[in-house]
Formats: sequence, C-alpha cells, structure tokens
Amino acid sequence: MSEFDLTILFASIVAGAAPIVLAALGETITEKAGVINLSLDGTILLSAMASFVIAYETGSLITGFLTGAVIGGIVASLVAFFSVYLRQSQVAVGFVLTLMTRDLAYFLGNSYSRIQGPQVEPLHVPLMNKIPFIGPILFGQNIVVYFSVAMIGICWWYLYRTPMGLNLRSIGENPKASFSRGINSRKMQMVYSVCGGMFVGLAGAAFSLSTKPGWGRPQGAEGTGWIALALVIFGGWNPIKAAIGAYLFSFLQVMGIYFQGWFPSIPAQVFQVAPFPLMIFTLVIMHLTQKESVLSWAEEKNWIKSVLKMFSSTAPQSLGKPYKPD
Amino acid sequence: MTDYYRTIKEIIFALVIVFTFTTLVLLAAGAPPFEAYYHIFKGALGSWIRFSHVIKTWIPLTLCACGLLYTFRINLWNIGIEGQMMMGAVFTTACLRFGLESPVQPLFLWFSFAAGITGGAIWAFGAGFLKTKGGVNEIFAGLGLNFVAQGIILWLIFGPWKRPGVASMSGTEIFPHTMWLPHLTSIRLSPVGLGLVTLALVITALMLRYTRIGLYLKAIGNNPNAARIFGIKRAKYMLIAMLFAGGFAGLAGSLQVTGVYHRLLPAISSNYGYLALLVVMLANYNIWLAPFIAFFFACLNVGSIQLPMVLQLDSSLSGVIQGSLVLAALAVHAWRTFRKDNSHRGIE
Repeated sequence: MSEFDLTILFASIVAGAAPIVLAALGETITEKAGVINLSLDGTILLSAMASFVIAYETGSLITGFLTGAVIGGIVASLVAFFSVYLRQSQVAVGFVLTLMTRDLAYFLGNSYSRIQGPQVEPLHVPLMNKIPFIGPILFGQNIVVYFSVAMIGICWWYLYRTPMGLNLRSIGENPKASFSRGINSRKMQMVYSVCGGMFVGLAGAAFSLSTKPGWGRPQGAEGTGWIALALVIFGGWNPIKAAIGAYLFSFLQVMGIYFQGWFPSIPAQVFQVAPFPLMIFTLVIMHLTQKESVLSWAEEKNWIKSVLKMFSSTAPQSLGKPYKPD
Repeated sequence: MTDYYRTIKEIIFALVIVFTFTTLVLLAAGAPPFEAYYHIFKGALGSWIRFSHVIKTWIPLTLCACGLLYTFRINLWNIGIEGQMMMGAVFTTACLRFGLESPVQPLFLWFSFAAGITGGAIWAFGAGFLKTKGGVNEIFAGLGLNFVAQGIILWLIFGPWKRPGVASMSGTEIFPHTMWLPHLTSIRLSPVGLGLVTLALVITALMLRYTRIGLYLKAIGNNPNAARIFGIKRAKYMLIAMLFAGGFAGLAGSLQVTGVYHRLLPAISSNYGYLALLVVMLANYNIWLAPFIAFFFACLNVGSIQLPMVLQLDSSLSGVIQGSLVLAALAVHAWRTFRKDNSHRGIE
C-alpha cells in the first residue's frame, strides 16, 4: 500500500460505498414516510446471509439479490406493523430485531461460512471506461455499483418531483392531514417501510455477493446499518446528501487502509472506528445550525453561514409518531 | 382473578409462539430441535461448574439491567451501556496495573471498583452531555461511544498494555492471584460479586421508589411537559439517570476483569449491555422481574455454548430465542391494549 494512485482510490471509494448508499437511501425513504427502522444493522446481515446461501444453492445471482430484497422487506414490515397498527415503540421493536436478525443470520448461515460462492463480475461500460480518470472510477465497476448510483437520482426525483413523492413526504410530516386529504396514511407507511426495507435488503445482498463476497462470522458488514442510520440524519433526510455522506464514509474507510500502511504500529481496528466519532461530530454541528445564537454569530461571516446552511435540516415532523385514527 | 388467568394465558401464548419459531429455525438449520433444547438445558444447569458460569453471566446482566431502569424511567435509550461496561473494565485494569507495583496490592482491588464505576459513569456522561447539550440522539451518541470504547480497548491491548513479546486478541497479561476477587472454591463463585448485585438491586429499588430523584425521573418520563411546568430540569435528571446507568455498567465491567477474566480482552463486555436492554424490556421495566429474566437469559447464553461442540451449530441460537421472546411479549402486550381499546369503544 505504499503507492498512492488517485484513480484506484476513488474507484474503491465508489465501489465500497455501493451497499452503504443503498441502505441509506432505503432508510431515507422509510423515515420520510414517518417510520424509523432501527433494525438496519441486523437486516443487512440477515439478507447478506440469505442472498449468499440462495445464490450459492441456485447458482443464480438474481435470485440471490431478490432474496435479499424480500428479507429486507419482511423485517421492515414487522417494524412498521408493530408501530403503525399495534402502536408499539418503533425504537424498541427495531432494536430487538437488530439483535435477533443478526443472531439468526449467524445461526442459519453457520454451515455456509468461509466457502467460495458466486459473486458479481465487473461490467465495464464500453468506450466510456476509456475516459481518463473518470472512466475507471465510474464506468469500470459492476452492475451493483451502477444501480446504487442510479438510485440516488431516482430516489430524489421520486421524492421531490412526482405527486406520489409529495404524498409520501406529507405522510411523514402530518399523517392526519394526509388522511383527511384522502391518503390512507397507515397503509402507505407500511408500503414505504417495505420499499425502504427492500433497499436495505439489497444492500445486504450487495455485501455478500459483491463488496465483501462470501459469508462468515464476522462478515464484514457489521456496523454498516448503524452508519446508514446516522447518514440519514447527516443527509438531512435528503437522498442526495445522504449518498454524499455514504461516499465520505467510504472515503474514511479506504483511507483507514492507507493509514494502516503508513502507521503500521497502530492496530487496524483503531482506524475502523474512526468514522464513528466523526459522525457524532457532524451531528453536533447539525444541532448547532439550529441554534439562534450560532446563527446570529455567523450572520456576518459569509462562508461560515454557507457551511452552516449546508448542514441545517429538520426531521420529518411526525417521524416515529404514527397516527392513530379516531 | 380473571386478570391473573388472562396474564397466564398470554404468557403461555407468547411461549408457544417463541417455541414454534425457534423449532422452525432449528429445523431450517437441519438440526434436531429437541436434542438442541436438551443440550442447552444440560449445558446451563447440568453441573455445578456450569451453574457457576450461569451466575457469572447473571451478575453483569443484572447490574446493567439495574442501571437501565434509571434511563428507561426517563425515556432514554441507553444503548451506550455496552461501551460504559467496556470503559469500566478499562479503568479497572488501569487501576490494577497501577497497583501491581505497590506493596498493598489487595487494597487496589477495592479501589478498582471505584475506578470501574467512574469509568462507566464518565462514558455515560459523555452520551448524556451529547444528548442534552449537543442535540445528538442518545442512541447514536451511545453507539458511537461504544465503537470508540472498543477502539480504545483494542489500542490498549495491542499498544501500551500489550503482553511482553506477543500482542494478541487474547488480551493483556493475566493479573497475579492477589488481584483476583476473593473466590470461594467450594462454590466457585465470589461472594463479593453476589453481594454487590444484591446491593445494586436494593439501592435501585429504593432510589426509584422512595427518593426525589426516582420520582422526578418518572415524572419526566411520563409527561415531559408537565414536568417542565413544575420546574423540573429535564437535562439535569437525564444526566443523573445516565450517571447511575453508567456507574452500574462500569461496576459490571469491573467485575468482569477482577472476577471472571483477570485481564482485559477485546470481548470483555460480551454484548451483555445489549442483552440487558432486552432483559429490562421483557421484564416490562419491573425491577423484581428483571433478575429472574436475567437468570433465564444467562442460562440460555451459557447453555448454547454447548451447541457448537455437540451439534456443530452456532451458539447465536440463544440470541434468536431471547429476541423472539421480547418480540412475542411486545405483540401480546399490544394485543391486550388493542382489545382494551375496542372493549371501551363497545361500552360507549
């Protein structure tokens, strides 16, 4: 790791970020509709395990990815059903499911540990990958990476440029008002939770079939779910900003590998935890952007104001508080 | 009478769900379900040595559960309890290492409890401060600090505190026997650990029931707006609750070092903090139920260690059973409130 090639660096950032982008997008959709799915970390592992096992047994990658999506959808539907219809705490149900799905993944996947299985082959886009610098970064990847990049734009477009997206956002802001406008808020919250969960499931599949191929205990995807949850807040519930956060996180992870080469005396695990305190730090900054005193202090300083503006955002008004019909 | 009858019916119903689910999971893994259950049972209670392992798991679980009762009272999700336990272990190890050179080694053993409690409380204060002053949700603050604590432990084991010659995941060098918690060989348990747990339970029960702090925690947790109008400072009591939780978790980490492993190792907290969250939820935040559920969970944990050896299964089955129990309990609880709501509507 002594040589330092920018193209390789960026290409590995984009590749490594693919599952994180998918998970963060899924959670953004879910939370925009007013539901917090805290079970991400376990869901990713369970769907990673299931996709790997199914892809290994059937030899079909597509079936593997579909399995991942279905598993993600099922777990998300549990969270949504418990909270929207049974009115239990989303945080409690999500947390229990995080631990349980993780253990379920380790238990059921035990006999498939550390074996060679199918994995997604790179798919170079002809001609485009010949563009210097950009080519290998954006067009020399595999289909999972292309899909993750495309979904960023599609999610944004759906949320902010379509009538369905407007409905989705209105449910997260005020489910009661949406209900009186003729939207079945509870049903839609279920639907969007499942949609978001399917993205999370795909993220798991992307781990075990592409980014970190194979299954084992630990798989290597541990902790990603929590990062994705933090990224949603970091991105201010905006899919594009959340995705930027995912790339930043991936950058930190890749840099960790380089740092390890440069400072071999420090154990690798230290660099692996570095992104987490940084994440807390950004959350603190985001909180500061909402304080009057800080805003008035930044009034004169233009560049600080623009930085603060970049970080400022508010959660959907009814996040975590599903509506109870009378 | 009918209420009792109904509660028992609900418990049986939840147990049937969990039993069916776990059996299905075992069948899916291609394992004989009843043999697996038998090995878990025998592995936990089959001999005195195993029973002493169960108690050694029960001690940190119950301590963490005590701490969590404070934070749950005020509606805080202290997920950071795992890291608080780790920091308790780190501070304890630091104190013991300091004492190695001193002529009064056993004295440092007792100091180390205070050190552990301090370590856990500092870490909890960090999460509480981020929550009250930094506006960071306590779940993310706690989780972030858990990862940081894990990083600190790894750094210490591979860096400043590494074993002479070889640094490895097996942890720091084992402390001399003078630094071990007094241990009754006849029952393979330490009376000090058991005494501390009992003390923790009594203190927590009294604190929550009879003191101003307990009352205010409950008031804020139940109705933050009313509490604010009464002039109760929410942030202050959140920090107090966190300090208690961190202190108990730190003590749990401390006992893991002095009473169980006699060194610092990466998995010193063994996920007991997270498990304690499940214990308290399943106990429905009731302090007198918590120790019993902690005991049952400890049995599952210790018993399932047999699974990889005897049946080549992963030991995480215990986690599946524990998680599905809590989910089933939540479902039954929800069903009860749902029915109550409907019957009220019927009267109207």
